[in-house]
Amino acid sequence: MKWVDRLNPVMPFFAAMLYSIPMLTSIDIVSASVALAIWLLLFFCAGIGPRTIVRRTWPLLVAAPVSGISMLLYAKPGGETYFTWWLINITDNSIELSSAIVVRVLAIGIPTLVALVGVDPTRLADALAQVVRLPSRFVLGALAGTRLFSVLADDWRSLSGARRARGLGDHGVARRWFTMAFALLVAAIRRGSLLATAMEARAFGAGDRTWARPSTVSWRDWTVVVLALGVAAFAIGVAVATGTYRLVGSQ
Amino acid sequence: MTGARIVAEGWGWRHASRRSPALRGVDFTIEAGERVLLLGPSGAGKSTLLAAMAGVLGGADEGDESGRITVDGTPASELRGRASLVLQDPQANTILSRIGDDVAFGCENLRIPREEIWRRVDSALGAVGLQYPLGRSTTQLSGGERQRLALAGVLAMQPGLLLLDEPTANLDPDGITEVRETVDRTVATTGTTLIVVEHRVDAWYDVIDRIIVLEPGGGVLADGAKETVIAQHGDALAARGVWIPGHPISLDRAPNPGDVLLQASEVAVGFGDTVVQQGVDLSVRAGESLVVTGENGAGKTTFVRALAGLTPPMTGSVTAERGFAPTRSPHPYRWRSRDLLTRIGTVFQQPEHQFVSASVREELAVGPRVAKLRNADAVVDRLLESLRLTHLAEAHPFTLSGGEQRRLSVATVLATAPKVLVLDEPTFGQDRTTWRELALMIAEHVESGGAAVSVTHDEQFIRLLGDARLHLTKRVPHGGMLR
Repeated sequence: MKWVDRLNPVMPFFAAMLYSIPMLTSIDIVSASVALAIWLLLFFCAGIGPRTIVRRTWPLLVAAPVSGISMLLYAKPGGETYFTWWLINITDNSIELSSAIVVRVLAIGIPTLVALVGVDPTRLADALAQVVRLPSRFVLGALAGTRLFSVLADDWRSLSGARRARGLGDHGVARRWFTMAFALLVAAIRRGSLLATAMEARAFGAGDRTWARPSTVSWRDWTVVVLALGVAAFAIGVAVATGTYRLVGSQ
Repeated sequence: MTGARIVAEGWGWRHASRRSPALRGVDFTIEAGERVLLLGPSGAGKSTLLAAMAGVLGGADEGDESGRITVDGTPASELRGRASLVLQDPQANTILSRIGDDVAFGCENLRIPREEIWRRVDSALGAVGLQYPLGRSTTQLSGGERQRLALAGVLAMQPGLLLLDEPTANLDPDGITEVRETVDRTVATTGTTLIVVEHRVDAWYDVIDRIIVLEPGGGVLADGAKETVIAQHGDALAARGVWIPGHPISLDRAPNPGDVLLQASEVAVGFGDTVVQQGVDLSVRAGESLVVTGENGAGKTTFVRALAGLTPPMTGSVTAERGFAPTRSPHPYRWRSRDLLTRIGTVFQQPEHQFVSASVREELAVGPRVAKLRNADAVVDRLLESLRLTHLAEAHPFTLSGGEQRRLSVATVLATAPKVLVLDEPTFGQDRTTWRELALMIAEHVESGGAAVSVTHDEQFIRLLGDARLHLTKRVPHGGMLR
């Protein structure tokens, strides 16, 4: 188990929140680049390689350039204009803004996703109930529900096989999908209510309970929180010092 | 730990959605440590009574209760952990995704201290003979293992009353033996009171001492030592669909194998990259009923789906003989969905998966309409009649009982008269009446020159309809499946 996987699963959430709020106050490229560089360095030191990072964050790696392109084409014009057509204006301002946005999305998204993706649902549930003290009824209900996903995936395979067997596999994709979705919903409700009965039959649902798996917060977790705050403070400090800090909403 | 004493006094229950009560005027006393089998025809409210004793029947919004049921003198719904319930569907009994956590779940709810929980988890898993690491995923377990895990989960709670709702109905013969022996052994050591609902009496006859028979919509029809009850009511119960030892079903048929219709050669099947079964050769002949057997996880379902043209084999080929195949291709997987209707019909393990319409009549008409059969209405009427479903013609298929759903799912396939019938566990969990009707339908289909391929664990089915047999053994999967 890697060092990061031993963290209490709710603490990275907390750290990500504390880190993201200051990072969202500015859209300059300096603070985002500094933060991103520090994180990549830290991940490298913690033994989290590029492969893991890409595997956990790939949706973000796709989304960031997309948001950058829209900013490049449609941002408020300013400075020299390089290209213009209908609503599209590529200017100094839009180039600067779009690159700042891309780097910022990555600087906030990458550390957050690396910390949160792949969290074991059981450990997360334990932490939510014991550390955050959410109601155990809600947390354990949701945890038991996650187990149904793989069962429902099998149901879906049977449903689509059955459509072909019944002569309905040639046409009407939309209609077929609708009837399958309905049948899956029925199956999900039935499985869900059976699961609820099984849980109730094991004395679940009334009042307090004990926890077989302890979920505690250690110095490691607080280190991560302090680290996250530190990175944000340092990155913004550098931006302010170089005069590039640009508060969101100001000119 | 001692067994619990259960007393029912004039107990009854009416589901909120029904006009007449499922049970009424139920009276009995079960002493601590007794071993009781609860019997009755389908719809007699056996599961309802079991749920009431487990205290999980729900409140006033679920239905009306009359009379009372007490466990050790306390109303069942007010007790926690004294009664424990294992359900029929193995999937429903697994709550969490790791073995140890699943067993610990009930103990946590009973507020047992942590160290004590893990001690109990170890001894419960030992008692049911599940020798896996605690962190092992529950997704890989077989049906029998799942039911034993559920038993461990309730045994760890050290209940005084063990309630089993058809615990072996969904299991293969090895699984049935596993679960029954585990129950027998643990009940003997703990002195727990045992109440089992099961319509296959022979599976549990040796474990129990006393039988209580329920009457649909009524109270207790018979109650006494197992030998006495079976001697006095056995014939009547068998006639009403209960499986009673010494009442086998017989079929009068003479297999007459003819031409090969489908040929499987060197077929491998699996999920994704994982090979579940490989190197399977098989000929499906007209006039022959073939059974596919083998333990859970041997790839029987996956194999017959490839045989039925629903999925492509990973390697090898399934080929239909000339004259049987459409001009498009000899390989069923390449046929149009419509081409399958009159050639290969598939009955799925879960009837609900293959229903696509809002009424029974509509459901039966789907196939004939797509296949553009003439006199489709006449076909539908004839099937409704022969399956005793005429009075349910306008009902939604999802609202039918288990046996009715099974009959309907077979009928929807027969509606387009496919030459080859592929059935996945057609008799699973069926009562004697439905079982017999299904067997007759399959026998008739084969008699008239069709072929049947049935995946089954059912010894009686194999004896009566196993003209030929393909036995698959589980192979150790290669690739990274084991976590």
